[in-house]
Amino acid sequence: MKQIVVISGKGGTGKTSIVAALSSIGPKKVIVDCDVDAADLHLILKPTILDEQDFISGERPSIDLDTCVQCGMCVEHCKFGAISDEFIIIPEKCEGCGVCSFICPEGAVTVEPRNCGKWFKSSTRFGTLIHAALGIGEENSGKLVTTVRNASTDAGIKEGAELVLVDGSPGIGCPVIASLTNADLAVFVAEPTIPALHDLKRVYKLTEHFKIPSMVIINKCGINKNQENEIKDFCQENEISIAGELPYDLAFTKAQIAGLSAVEYDPEGLGAKIKVIWKELEKKLMA
Amino acid sequence: MQIAIASGKGGTGKTTIAVNIASFIDSLGVKVSFTDCDVEEPNAHLFLNPKIKTEINEYLAVPKIDEDACIGESCKKCVELCRFKSLIWMVDAVMVFSELCHGCGLCELACPVNAIGKGERLIGTTSQGKSGNIDFTKGLLRIGEAMSPPLIKAVKTISPKAEVNILDCPPGTSCPVVESIDGADFVVLVTEPTPFGLHDLDLAVQLLETLDQPYGVIINRAGMGDDRVEKYLSDKNITLLGSLPNNRDAAIIYSDGGLLYESIPGYKDELSKIWGSIKNIVNEVE
Repeated sequence: MKQIVVISGKGGTGKTSIVAALSSIGPKKVIVDCDVDAADLHLILKPTILDEQDFISGERPSIDLDTCVQCGMCVEHCKFGAISDEFIIIPEKCEGCGVCSFICPEGAVTVEPRNCGKWFKSSTRFGTLIHAALGIGEENSGKLVTTVRNASTDAGIKEGAELVLVDGSPGIGCPVIASLTNADLAVFVAEPTIPALHDLKRVYKLTEHFKIPSMVIINKCGINKNQENEIKDFCQENEISIAGELPYDLAFTKAQIAGLSAVEYDPEGLGAKIKVIWKELEKKLMA
Repeated sequence: MQIAIASGKGGTGKTTIAVNIASFIDSLGVKVSFTDCDVEEPNAHLFLNPKIKTEINEYLAVPKIDEDACIGESCKKCVELCRFKSLIWMVDAVMVFSELCHGCGLCELACPVNAIGKGERLIGTTSQGKSGNIDFTKGLLRIGEAMSPPLIKAVKTISPKAEVNILDCPPGTSCPVVESIDGADFVVLVTEPTPFGLHDLDLAVQLLETLDQPYGVIINRAGMGDDRVEKYLSDKNITLLGSLPNNRDAAIIYSDGGLLYESIPGYKDELSKIWGSIKNIVNEVE
């Protein structure tokens, strides 16, 4: 079983549309949405949820205002500004470190396990989907990604899948790092724009840091030939092979509005190109 | 006045709108300070081309164990209390896994013999400069560093205060966004008229409602998709600040790092309307 993680650095280059398209072709697979705080893959894959689990991670403190003597020790020592002047915990800022409950001389702080969201195992027309929804403003997105990644590896082994296909999140921080666990191949979706190339370089440094092989898909070709060449030059210099190029094409948006993958919506056009890209990815995985 | 530009979904046009609004307001003679809070993938400098004057390394305070002072196995309080597993007991000593540390300081507070001192972990850099009259500040997360909020905080702390502060935020709805919009007088949510845009806009709206932050929405690339975003906004009674058209010329100018408000017809007028609405709402709130 091989694992592909699709990332980009910059947001909005087409990761999810491309993952949805790749989902609809290729071998038996488990599909994974690791963009847990802005997950969109389910809008195309339309999963039927088979199993739903609470994601419990860390702790949630609360201050009993009857016991609290307003000494201010907790406010003074909280490094995250998570306690208001009225001695109320601000959950969106709290990292669950335990300083407040430790420092309180009156024992006014109690802690409970923190429910940070949910994750799901679902069936879709393309195979099993593992996905999640981080609670609004919640912490621990990296840990939720790790939970989702572990569940997807387990599901893949159990189902005898040949492939785990992961839709990553933008950026280079904790959710992206967590999504790269066990990756055999990172696929970067780039677009021919100055910001996208800037971000591609950083995300490439990240996968090099973790020694993960990578390939590039250039999406939205046709708006800037110069920038396409810049991406190609960067890939050549760093010996990153290009899995394929996709045109700047409204069919991706139309497919999204129809709730279909680009392969389903436009089998002759984008669909044919995606199939060629899959062959390139497969070759790299087998090498 | 602090205006944060956020979105939920990535790639909807946060940076495009942030740099164009900043330049537009600057052209009106307003003193502007621009802060790029997307420290994982900062892009605003590619459009504003600031002259960077200072760049400094930013560190997070992490524990450093004084092994002579540590009383070892009989205590292990720091190891037991650390919620992030960044302190581990290894054979005969406390080991620090600095990368996992959130810098909360609990170990230092708990150590009965003051054996925990201050170490540091490099989290990235902050830099400051000028783009014409605009004060410009950005952060750059070190490759491999997982936690962006401490660096976002550092960027916001050093960013000069001006009449208008524009904060360009990272995508998503989790802790980096919460840190970025903290203290903003108004949040502009940038979306696009697609199912993905709408879905993530709704998450961002829920976040801002939870945080009780005033906000409004800009539909970028209007016309590329369907009208579900507009319906959503009117159903929920959410302020639509303005719409910027889907335009191939805009995509081309953007791709080369150019500003749109002076070259795309109608863009400046729409920005002017948007800016007027923001000022009115912020003044009403105050």
